[in-house]
Order: sequence, then structure tokens, then C-alpha cells
Amino acid sequence: MKRTEHSLPRATLLKSPTGIQGFDEITAGGLPAGRPTLVCGSAGCGKTLFGMEFLVRGATLYNEPGVFMSFEETNEELIKNVASLGFNLENLIEQKKIVLDHVHIERSEIEETGEYDLEGLFIRLGYAIDSIGAKRVVLDTIESLFAGLPNQLILRAELRRLFRWIKDKGVTAIITGERGEETLTRQGLEEYVSDCVIMLDHRVTEQTSTRRLRVVKYRGSLHGTNEYPFLIDETGFSVLPITSLGLEHIVSSERISSGISELDKMLEGKGYYRGSTVLVSGTAGVGKTSLAAHFAEAACKRGERVLYFCFEESPNQLMRNMRSVGIKLEPWVQKGLLQFQATRPTFYGLEMHLAVTHKAVNTFKPDIVIMDPINTFILGDKEYEVKTMLMRIVDFLKGNQITALFTSLTSTESALESSDVGISSLIDTWLLLRDIELNGERNRGMYVLKSRGMANSNQIREFILTDKGVKLREVYIGSSGVLTGSARLAQEAHESAGLLKRQHEIERKKRELERKRIVMEAQVAALHAEFKADVSEALKNIETEQDTINLQKNDRINMAVSRKSFVEKSNKKKHIKL
Amino acid sequence: MKKKIEESVGTTAAFDQVMSGLHEEKYILRLFITGTTNKSVLALTNLKKICEEYLNGRYELEVIDLYQNPGLAIEEQIIAAPTLIKKLPLPFRRIIGDMSDIEKVLLGLEIKKQ
Repeated sequence: MKRTEHSLPRATLLKSPTGIQGFDEITAGGLPAGRPTLVCGSAGCGKTLFGMEFLVRGATLYNEPGVFMSFEETNEELIKNVASLGFNLENLIEQKKIVLDHVHIERSEIEETGEYDLEGLFIRLGYAIDSIGAKRVVLDTIESLFAGLPNQLILRAELRRLFRWIKDKGVTAIITGERGEETLTRQGLEEYVSDCVIMLDHRVTEQTSTRRLRVVKYRGSLHGTNEYPFLIDETGFSVLPITSLGLEHIVSSERISSGISELDKMLEGKGYYRGSTVLVSGTAGVGKTSLAAHFAEAACKRGERVLYFCFEESPNQLMRNMRSVGIKLEPWVQKGLLQFQATRPTFYGLEMHLAVTHKAVNTFKPDIVIMDPINTFILGDKEYEVKTMLMRIVDFLKGNQITALFTSLTSTESALESSDVGISSLIDTWLLLRDIELNGERNRGMYVLKSRGMANSNQIREFILTDKGVKLREVYIGSSGVLTGSARLAQEAHESAGLLKRQHEIERKKRELERKRIVMEAQVAALHAEFKADVSEALKNIETEQDTINLQKNDRINMAVSRKSFVEKSNKKKHIKL
Repeated sequence: MKKKIEESVGTTAAFDQVMSGLHEEKYILRLFITGTTNKSVLALTNLKKICEEYLNGRYELEVIDLYQNPGLAIEEQIIAAPTLIKKLPLPFRRIIGDMSDIEKVLLGLEIKKQ
């Protein structure tokens, strides 16, 4: 988990990091150093563990040894109890990093005979602190003293002195207290320990239990005031803050394929943005999971890690079903790129789901998270809480640059756009799958309802599941409505028949033209031939005429010669006449 | 019926025996004090007075300063100061305070029965 860096002004309170996952984030650094902190809550809410983890982390991570003074459990019990949470106390005690001191008070053994003080306790604590140079102290649960010592006046005065003394010692202390009827603690310890108060809560609603933590008070420091769900498991305590309160995620402009090329084309041809949140919603059986599986497969092919939360199907069932549409997920599971997390939504409370999600994401470190489907959470839970939870998940995933794909089942009665557990505002890309009933058929249609930061197609596509995966087809929208399935096929056939006819027509016209051209060319050739004949005829006539003229001229000259009637003059004149 | 009476007589006799034995048993006492505070001094004086009066010659008192032996505070489960621990005779008792309430001290030491 990334630690949020808070730039605090100088001269602020020194803080002692607890090392508890998430807690240091909501308190901007941990508990007030050198001061006592009150941790209160009802029985079984995890007070002791909180204190113990504070010490163990202090000893192992921050080199701050600690003293655990227990008023309830014996040392042996403590060692055993926290061993189940992965803490090896015996080891730490051997290394002189932790001292356990069990304070045993047996009311029946004690007789009060006058004035006394709790100096014995001070000496014990002081001795334990000095023996290992402790910086941290846990008193669990000091209120047990009230049951053992009857004189409340003395006790209260001494407790006040004890907390003062702890401050003077400069150790960071956790004092645990049982929750009272109307007060934070049964004995009103909050009166004495008022620097920092943390409340733990363990609630059961609708048969599911949820642990929550709240920082009631933190003098001199900023802190988150919400109730934060927390989790106790084999690795200890983890608190889940709503990450990135300020919407300051790093935004990537990298695009990743949805796994379906036609869908990518609808999204500027590139697919989703990395780190964005995608919602696929639709009625039952429209192929939401197939869409998710495509995305997962595509990511694995790119070598990315995918964490798939399935809330309705078992991983094996899901993989089998996806095989039938040609999506093979098993190899990726074997390669370790794809991990399934299958739990029933009702298995635990919302916060626990949130916690489990956080943990799984933090350990697996995926690039893509798929939750299929999210709306099953609504079962038995309030919509508002579901929304908050999803918001936290979305924020958390965005903060970690993880692309999320949620599927959501919409009921047929309500409007498709409104019923999606009210998280539409959190979604970057929203794909809506719907079934289109027409001509006694049920077909699937898909469109991009919104997609932030990109030009997206506004066309409804027909969504077809083939044995080679999801295919998107263009649908026909005409005067008779949207045509899908066989109606679309009929339309296609009709159109192709029309096309064929037209093509034939064109062919025919082309042939006609060719024929005409040939005829025309023949005519031109005939005319050419005729013209040629005319020309030669004409030339022949001209020649004949010319010959005749020449002949006549010669005749005349010959006649004149024969008459011998030429005088020089007349000859000349005649010649001119000619 | 007869048997039952006998039994009850038997237990009473045993009880008396134990009780009479108590008075002769040796007391082993440990007083934990914190330096020379008023309460410590007062407790010591009061206790000595009581012991002289009621347990003359059959008690053993060890006075321990917790400041000198802080480890003993853990060992002996001391919280309050001053604390008097009656190790023997059994039962084990803790008497806390400055011992100014003599009646309660006697009750705690089981010298006087309620």
C-alpha cells in the first residue's frame, strides 16, 4: 500500500508510526509520540491485538522496544493468542525487544487497611521499561484495576498520576478500555487520556459482522474522521482508509485494448484508458462475463496481471463457460498472470469484502481488476453502503493505476441507466448490453453509454457470441425499428439480392454499350469506305475534264497552224484570249 | 440419619482442630514498602505493633523496599504500596494500605474471625 505523504507544517506533533497497515495513513503518521493513546471498544473488537501489533511492529520495524502490561491475559495466553496472527513473541522477548508483564489481581485476596498508592505498579512498569529501553508501552486493560481495588478515589488519583508519569517518561503508550454504556470507556478513562482516542467497533448487521475503527480525537493533528473498516487476519491488523480523498490520482493516457477489436474501434480504435473504470451493465445472459473474460485474456496476452473476483460462479465453471466462446483462461492461471478470487457476496460484510479486495490487490499487484458482478452486494445491504464501498474500491484501484472492469446485472423492470447501484458517476467508460426482442427472437445489442475523455461511437451494435469469441455487428435501424438476428440476416440477404440484381443490370448495360460501340464503329468504317470511293470517283472525273481541256487546246492550236492565218499581232491577241 | 450426624460432628471437630492449630502456626509475612514515604513508615510501625500484640514470637517479617528490588514487584505481583503478603499460614492474602485499620489487618491475617 502506498503511504500518503502529508506535508505537515513544522513544529507539529511528533508521531510514532504503528506499522499497522492503513492506520498510519489516516492519522498522518501514527500515534502521538511520547503520549498515551486510549483505544476503546467492546469485547472482542481487537483492542489487545491493536496494542500488540503496535509493539511488535515497533520492535521489528522501527527498532523501538516495548512493554506489554496485561491485566487480563497471562503471558502464556498472550504468546499463544498472537502466534495465530503471525507474531513470534517468544523470539522478541528473547531478543529483549518486548517484555510481557501480567498483572494479576485477585479481589478475594486483597484487604484494604488504609491509605495506599499504586507505586508498586509504577515500579513494575518503570523496571520493565528500563530493562529493555522501551519506547512503547501497552496497558491492557487497566480498567481491571477497578474490579480488584475497591477504593475508587485512590485509584482515579493514581491513574491520573500514571498517565502523567507515562508522558514524563516519554514513552508512547496505548491504554485500552472497555466500552461503557454512555461513555467511551466504562470507567471514564477518556478523562485522563485525552491526547488521542481511537474507537474500535464490531457490529453485526444482517448476520454479517464488520469491524470498524474511528479516530475520535487526536489533539494537535489532522486525522481522518470517518469510520474505517478494518480486518484482522493471519498477517495482523489492517485498516482501510478511503484512499486519495482529494481525487489526485495520477492519470494515464495510455490505452489498452478491450480484447474485442470491434469494441476498440468504437472507442477511437484504441480501447479503454489505463487506470480507468469500466462498467459493463446489462440484463441477465447478455454476455457481460464474456466481455470481461475477453478483456482479461487480452491483458494476459500483453503480459499483464489480472485479478478476477467472481461472486457468482466458481472459477472452474467460469473457465469452462468461457471455453465455449473460445476464450481460454486456464493457461494464464497456470502462468500465474490470472488469479481468481471467488467468494459469495453474502459470505462476509461489505467492509470485509473491501478489506479482502485491498489485501488481494496488495499481494497480487494486478494491472487489471475485474469484479463480476458488483450488484450482488446489494443483497441484504443498503444501497448507500454499497455505493460507498464501491467508491472506495474505485478510488483505491484508481490510486494504484489499476484498470477496473465491473459487470453489473440490471433488472428488467427498472431503467437500464439508473439501476446500477448508483455508481454511474464513478465510471469512466460504461458499456451497456441489452437484449432486443423482435420477431420472436432475443438478440443482444451493445452500445457505449459514456466514455470519458474520448470520442466514442454512438452506434448500437449487435453483440454476437461465437465460438471464436464476441463479435460486434452493425445493426439495422430503419423505419421498422432496430433489426437484429434473423431479421438482420434477412435484411442482409435482401440487400445482397438487390445488389446482385443491380450488378447484373450494370453488366447488361455494359454489354449493350459495347454492342453499340461496335455498330457505330462499323458504320464509321462504311462511311469511310464510301467516302474513299467518292473521292476516287471525283478525282477520276477531274482528270478526265482536264484531259478534255488539254485536248481542245491542242486541237485549236493545230487548227490554226493548219490555216496558217497567224499574224504576229492577232496571234498575240488570240493567245491572250486563251 | 445417624451416620450424617456423626459425619457432621466429625467435620466440626476437624475444623476446630485446624483452627486451634492456626494459632500455633508460624506466620511468614512480607511487607513491601516504597522507600521512606509516610505510608511506608506508618505501615511498618502499625504492623510491628500488631505482630507484637497478636503474634508474639511466632511470626517472621521481611521488609522489602521495592525501589531497591523492583524485580520483586513483578515476581510477587505487587501493584499497591504498601502491600503486606501473608505467605503462611494459607490461604495466601494481600493486605494493602498503611495498616491503620487494625480490625481489617487482623481480618486479613485471619487472626480474628469475622
